[in-house]
Amino acid sequence: MYLFEMFRKKTSGTIAKDRLKLLLVSDRANCSPEMMEMIKNDIINVISKYMEIDAEGVEIQILETDSETTNGKIPALYANIPILDMKNKGI
Amino acid sequence: MSEVIVVTSGKGGVGKTTTSANVGTGLAMMGKKVILIDTDIGLRNLDVVMGLENRIVYNLVDVVEGNCRLKQALIKDKRYSNLYLLPSAQTRDKTAVNPEQMKKLVEYLREDYDYILLDCPAGIERGFQNAIAGADRALVVTTPEVSAIRDADRIVGLLESSGIVKIDLILNRIRMDMVKRGDMMSLDDVMDILAVHIIGAVPDDENIVISTNQGEPLVGMDSMAGQAYSNICRRIAGEQIPLMNLDTGYGIWAKLTHLLKRA
Repeated sequence: MYLFEMFRKKTSGTIAKDRLKLLLVSDRANCSPEMMEMIKNDIINVISKYMEIDAEGVEIQILETDSETTNGKIPALYANIPILDMKNKGI
Repeated sequence: MSEVIVVTSGKGGVGKTTTSANVGTGLAMMGKKVILIDTDIGLRNLDVVMGLENRIVYNLVDVVEGNCRLKQALIKDKRYSNLYLLPSAQTRDKTAVNPEQMKKLVEYLREDYDYILLDCPAGIERGFQNAIAGADRALVVTTPEVSAIRDADRIVGLLESSGIVKIDLILNRIRMDMVKRGDMMSLDDVMDILAVHIIGAVPDDENIVISTNQGEPLVGMDSMAGQAYSNICRRIAGEQIPLMNLDTGYGIWAKLTHLLKRA
């Protein structure tokens, strides 16, 4: 049966669990979508000072990560920032 | 020692009223003196689930406003003489009562009852604030769905921040056939996600619909949900009972062994 399931797609129960986990992390972090948008724009502004990035492609998300000091999970802000040109802007 | 328990969920339609009716009746069956209070002002339903809708004269708002004495508003259950219902008002809204008044009412009732059960309305506004005002502990009802569990998580946070630390979760309407084929989150999945103690799991049972149709809670009866509810009541009273195996009656193997046992 397990062999069978290995070839099957992700079940809807697992999808629900994964979605819920992400949802609760951002709910618990008490971060509104507006605030996330503001953080994102600020990050774009800061990074743009030093390199050319794809502002449209920037994604930020609050996820869970293992804490280095305690044993539990802690929320973490992940940012995915595609770089278009690495050359420094003459600084 | 009396205990004030609020039955809440955040999301509507997950089974708060059914749970209140069955837990209240179950505790009364155990010989406890119980009062059920419907705090859903404007949308009263607990009376219907209990089958007591024809006996209402006065209601919660009348008591709070002093239009009647408390005793006049209480309705004795059909089957258990140690079980009472304080119905909600149908023609008013949530602002007819405030949390301070609820606290006072509940404190007054403590003297006479072992368990005071408050059926909370959906939402997190005034009705919720009224219901939790005087509570010692909470039963949070949820179903294995993303929306219901998300709301339950939020409710747990709100309960904690208002000082209610004894919080138990009831996972309602589980379908083992769906869990088995991976199309529904299991009890373990929910435990994994929510950091709350689970006091019981109730299977999705068509007998619930039948019992609600008849206005007679099914706690203690020979059905999966009836058994699940009586286990929950015993756990509320402090007994240690393991979570029951919901996995019966489904699947070919279970049916076959059941047949063999009967033969």
